[in-house]
Amino acid sequence: MLLQQLINGLTVGCVYAVIALGYTMVYGILEFINFAHGEIYMLGAYFGIVFLSLFTASGFAASNFPLAFALTVLFTILFCSAYGFAIEKTAYKPLRNAPRLSPLISAIGISIFLQNYVMITQGATDKVFPQRFGDASFHFMGASVTGLQLIIILASGLMMLGLHLFIKKTRTGKAMRATAQDMTMASLVGINVDRIISTTFVIGAGLAAAAGVMVAAYYGLVNYSIGYVAGIKAFTAAVLGGIGNIPGAMLGGIVLGLMESLGSAYISAEYKDVYAFIILIVILLIKPAGLLGANVEEKV
Amino acid sequence: MHLLDVKGVTKHFGGIKAIEDVSFKIKQESIVSIIGPNGAGKTTLFNCLTGLTALTRGRIAFMDADISKLPAHRILEAGIARTFQNIRLFPDMSVIENVMVAQHSTIKYGFASAVFRTPGFRKSELDAGQKAFEYLELAGIGSFAEQPANSLSYGNQRRLEIARALAAGPKLILLDEPTAGMNPSETAEVMKLIREIRGLGKTVVLIEHDMKLVMGISDRIVVLDHGVKISEGPPDEVRADPMVIEAYLGREALH
Repeated sequence: MLLQQLINGLTVGCVYAVIALGYTMVYGILEFINFAHGEIYMLGAYFGIVFLSLFTASGFAASNFPLAFALTVLFTILFCSAYGFAIEKTAYKPLRNAPRLSPLISAIGISIFLQNYVMITQGATDKVFPQRFGDASFHFMGASVTGLQLIIILASGLMMLGLHLFIKKTRTGKAMRATAQDMTMASLVGINVDRIISTTFVIGAGLAAAAGVMVAAYYGLVNYSIGYVAGIKAFTAAVLGGIGNIPGAMLGGIVLGLMESLGSAYISAEYKDVYAFIILIVILLIKPAGLLGANVEEKV
Repeated sequence: MHLLDVKGVTKHFGGIKAIEDVSFKIKQESIVSIIGPNGAGKTTLFNCLTGLTALTRGRIAFMDADISKLPAHRILEAGIARTFQNIRLFPDMSVIENVMVAQHSTIKYGFASAVFRTPGFRKSELDAGQKAFEYLELAGIGSFAEQPANSLSYGNQRRLEIARALAAGPKLILLDEPTAGMNPSETAEVMKLIREIRGLGKTVVLIEHDMKLVMGISDRIVVLDHGVKISEGPPDEVRADPMVIEAYLGREALH
């Protein structure tokens, strides 16, 4: 029972972690909460359904489902990254030097727009993911892991590892860290800050998109408002780990997933969504900087 | 041909005239000091030269190309790097990473080659690391390469800023008060370092308050007061200029 809850919690936690990365990367560089980030995840879920439906209708999914699913994820990431890129350019970049509240309000506007856009074009009712993954599962020590859970955990792990290597090892990663620490100075050592910011949004959107497809496949149902709760949860995860801190977002997501799962199993499933916010309040009271966050002074 | 040609540069912040119609030229491989009382507009001028502040009027030509409208990272690519009066390192990176990040504009490779550590990547990374280390050695802080930048002493942080500016491969390097807060022996070392930098074929412009250093090292001096250029010339001329004495000591000092 405990092991089963840990597995379920880890699955959901990995998804929170992957979404939380987008919040924390953008915050790290722009000190701004991208409230439209959850909608990218929602778009990811819808694009996933659209592409997989196309593959199913053409018969391609029936002949080679793993490849069709992989292509679905890939196309979804590409489309959502383009959304992330375009949103930054149109809604945030013109407000780069505006008061801090302005881009925040712009983000909320984008969020409302995207929700309604999807509601009008796709309908207000739940959409069903075209193909359920089989219930084939692996059993060990009284717990069972479905194939899809394994895929989610492994894919999330790979994405987080890939991002970690990208940030640590590549020149663009170094430039991202430099931009996060001092944007003006970064431009003075020759870093194209605008391009780094675009890259950050594209990567964040790509990760959220992947999470969206995986969750759509996992729960099987999608509607236009799923981005809101997922966004808030992932934001909580990012704050829990220390906003702006990339390993923190990964840890925060997984801790949050496990707490929710254990809370639902041992306390009450009624309050599943409450645990996230209890954790958020407790963290803000005890360690406002988050689990891995350093106590930073306010920038002057 | 002059390396830098500043013509009629003017910067107003609302009603405040931070710089008013300042012109001067700088020859290649020279050391030029910009001096003046506090609030004379020296740092604002540096900000204009490096693309941090847009000009109100005027033109800045670097190697005969107009750079007055370029963004900061393009100006660096053109060949002007700088340091800051209040040190601005990337505090959470190691000393050598601080230098390597400045090589951004000179070395390129992709994500895949970095993750799979292809031979090309390893070579370019090795070259970059070696070059970065050479700059640290030049600045005299090679032994701190792997330490976090914020663990360095104040004087060494200034040296790291200079090493980082050099790593971008500039032709012109702007040093904003490189000896601020240093004791006389540290100041002498920085003076030596500035000469070595010139020895590499680079041109140096510095803002400095230490008159002993300014007079000892500069080929030319530009004097600003309240945003206006009041004097320019070799150290001996500037030192004897009544306008300069007045700006620094007040009108009575002349009588």
